[in-house]
Amino acid sequence: MPRKTAVNASPIRRLLRRLLGLAATLLAASLLIFVAMSVLPGDPAEVLLGMNADPAAVDALRTEMGLDQPLPVQFARWLGGVLAGDFGESATYAVPVTDLILERAVVSVPLAILGVLLSVGIALPAGLLAAIRRDRGTDNLVTTLAQIGLSIPSVWLGLILIYLFAVVMKVVPAGGFPGWDAGVGPALSALILPAVALAAPQAAILTRITRTAIVEAMDEDYVTLARAKGRSVAGAVARHALPNALAPILTIVGLQFGYLVAGAVVIETVFSLPGVGRLLFQAVSQRDLQVVQGVVLIVVATVVVVNTLCDGLAVWSNPRQRQRQRQRQQRRRPA
Amino acid sequence: MARRLLLSLALAFATTISAIAAPVDRPLIIGMRLEPPHLDPTAGAAAAIDEVLYANVFEGLTRIDAEGHVVPGLATDWEFGDDGLSLTLTLRDGVTFHDGKPFNADVAKFSLDRARAPGAENAQPQLFAAIESVAAPDPTTLVIHLSRPDADLPYSLAWGDAVMVHPDSAETNKQTPVGTGPFRFERWRRGDRIVLVRNDDYWGEAAKLPRVEFAFVGDPTVALAALMAGDINAFPSFGAPETLPVIAADPRFTVKSGTTEGETIMAINSRRPPLDQLAVRQALARAVDRQALVDGAMYGTATPIGAPMPPHDPAYIDLTGVNAYDPASAKALLAEAGVENLKLTLSLPPTSYARRSGEIIASELREVGIDVTLEPVEWAEWLSRIFRGKDYDLTIVAHTEPSDIGIYGRPDYYFHVDDPRLTEILDALDVETDPAARIELLQEAQRRIADNAVNVFLFQLPKSGVWDARLVGMWENSPIQANDVTGVYWSK
Repeated sequence: MPRKTAVNASPIRRLLRRLLGLAATLLAASLLIFVAMSVLPGDPAEVLLGMNADPAAVDALRTEMGLDQPLPVQFARWLGGVLAGDFGESATYAVPVTDLILERAVVSVPLAILGVLLSVGIALPAGLLAAIRRDRGTDNLVTTLAQIGLSIPSVWLGLILIYLFAVVMKVVPAGGFPGWDAGVGPALSALILPAVALAAPQAAILTRITRTAIVEAMDEDYVTLARAKGRSVAGAVARHALPNALAPILTIVGLQFGYLVAGAVVIETVFSLPGVGRLLFQAVSQRDLQVVQGVVLIVVATVVVVNTLCDGLAVWSNPRQRQRQRQRQQRRRPA
Repeated sequence: MARRLLLSLALAFATTISAIAAPVDRPLIIGMRLEPPHLDPTAGAAAAIDEVLYANVFEGLTRIDAEGHVVPGLATDWEFGDDGLSLTLTLRDGVTFHDGKPFNADVAKFSLDRARAPGAENAQPQLFAAIESVAAPDPTTLVIHLSRPDADLPYSLAWGDAVMVHPDSAETNKQTPVGTGPFRFERWRRGDRIVLVRNDDYWGEAAKLPRVEFAFVGDPTVALAALMAGDINAFPSFGAPETLPVIAADPRFTVKSGTTEGETIMAINSRRPPLDQLAVRQALARAVDRQALVDGAMYGTATPIGAPMPPHDPAYIDLTGVNAYDPASAKALLAEAGVENLKLTLSLPPTSYARRSGEIIASELREVGIDVTLEPVEWAEWLSRIFRGKDYDLTIVAHTEPSDIGIYGRPDYYFHVDDPRLTEILDALDVETDPAARIELLQEAQRRIADNAVNVFLFQLPKSGVWDARLVGMWENSPIQANDVTGVYWSK
């Protein structure tokens, strides 16, 4: 059955290429971080033992942490460990890096997901509405709100939200995280404000992208044709404009995921959330190389994977792309 | 009907009882700016370790009380030998660790030997420098033999770095601390909080609080919000002095500005010309208006100092007049020394007192013609490059250890004091046990340090504490870096 192999071979090859790209990206990112951290003055042994420490004790601790080895050896050791599934031990906390990241991921991953959901949940309807009622009051309102959302720093927004909802209204706690074992309700209520602060600027960007994409699609001939055939505005948008506009929107969502992860460093500090971002921030100031490397590796991997998924979805969602792909696969079919 | 009445009566009674009893048994949630890296006070310099565990979970042979006095801890009394070369301590009987293991002289010997072993992970090896050997002749007697008299030893033994640990749990204390104190460790959710609960088998008077949580809030604005929202009951040292008036105006809270052992200095690298000249160092000191710093950087909550000694110390003398603020004299001194176009870098660690003071000092130094570049540094870099590498011109830092004037007797210390007479005085202080003679030595040392303009002495770091007004027993001052809550309770 030659047809089937032809259809399958291409995605597998593409997947392999993607995986190779991912591996190269991860290696480059780790090497970059390793070099940057080595250039920074100070090491975890000094930070841990402080000003009055006996230099011999600092040296002993340094040896214990493997910091007395030449840099290439340190990197090779770390890389060897990672390939064997071992991310090493935190110099400051003296526990495995994997455990540290896992106990923080239960805060950061739901926060990022909540952020994306909020961003998309706000931006898609708002952008659609603005596009359909183009150049009218609603459009102006949405565009203005988006401009404001874009200009507000999320730190400031976070502080205002805390003041409003935690201090004045007392409906959510002012930062901190009770843990999932305290129940889904309390845990979610601790995450909702940070998610809003995190999502607001992203939602603003996405609203404008959505509006533009839909507006452009609506100017296309096929929408005019659909309207001429008697479809309602809503129907034409849903059936024709939206599917065509989805590709740029999905690409931006993928890119925004990276911003959400980076923004989490700040937002988690503002809301005192024990997340991966705050772990990374602390680890850098304590020169805890193993933790920094581990977190960066996982964050980079997550961002690359999410971007790849979004790209894939964008291709799949776009009727023309889908069609083009079908044609390409037909051409590749052996004669 | 009668049953219904009875039931509602019983219910009303039950709620009345709980209304009286419940608030007193309320847990205490304390807010801290920094999280400890681990939980073993004998193996790290981070103040946050002691701020959670000292006296609450771990106890030493002696301890420091709220007034800064040395009082009995796990030792009931102690006495120096006639030659001053030994200290015999009588240990408390019937003390157990939280895992049920008994405390005795062998455990005490183990703890001290572990802390003072060469290359040990202890952050304060100088505390044990005079100890030659430790003996445990019987379960309640500990004898410490000294290589030289050390009058400060009972004080040194009260530090968090000298607390008692059991051989079986010493290695795991970093994650699961096991001590003898009135609170036992329950859990640590890293990045969020550490929870301690009352130890019902405590040897002494039981703690009144059922549970204490130490929650980590990095941002001062959020700390204020958490306090106002009631999520956190107390910040023993509050990071935003500018908001203190707002909190003080609220009857729900108590605001206390207490003392600490932290002398804030602008350290001078006196091995770098022209900072090796006394006139230049004096000029620096006279160019700085300490009161402006206290008002501008600390919102009026600090006390200016003129030497490295806290104002509440019995040996303190006010030396702020030695190099008082006098920009004209500073300019004259610089001209006299033939120093022109002096360019200096002022390195600022990330603490808010350093960053805020740095801005003001830089503009004051520019007034007298010194071109100052401000350089923010991270703590790790400060330790490595400035403190150990001694690669800096000027830096602002608070020396927070109690009774740390001894650092001025170390010529290799990062600010390079080169005064043999001063070293002599401070060496004599090590072995002097007579209180009056000690005060005399301490005062002579202070005078020499001030006259020599070793550093620019700025102000004593305040401890600005805020807490729920219903709390009783919170420490107002900070004679040691700790949040001792063993005597704290809710009044209602």
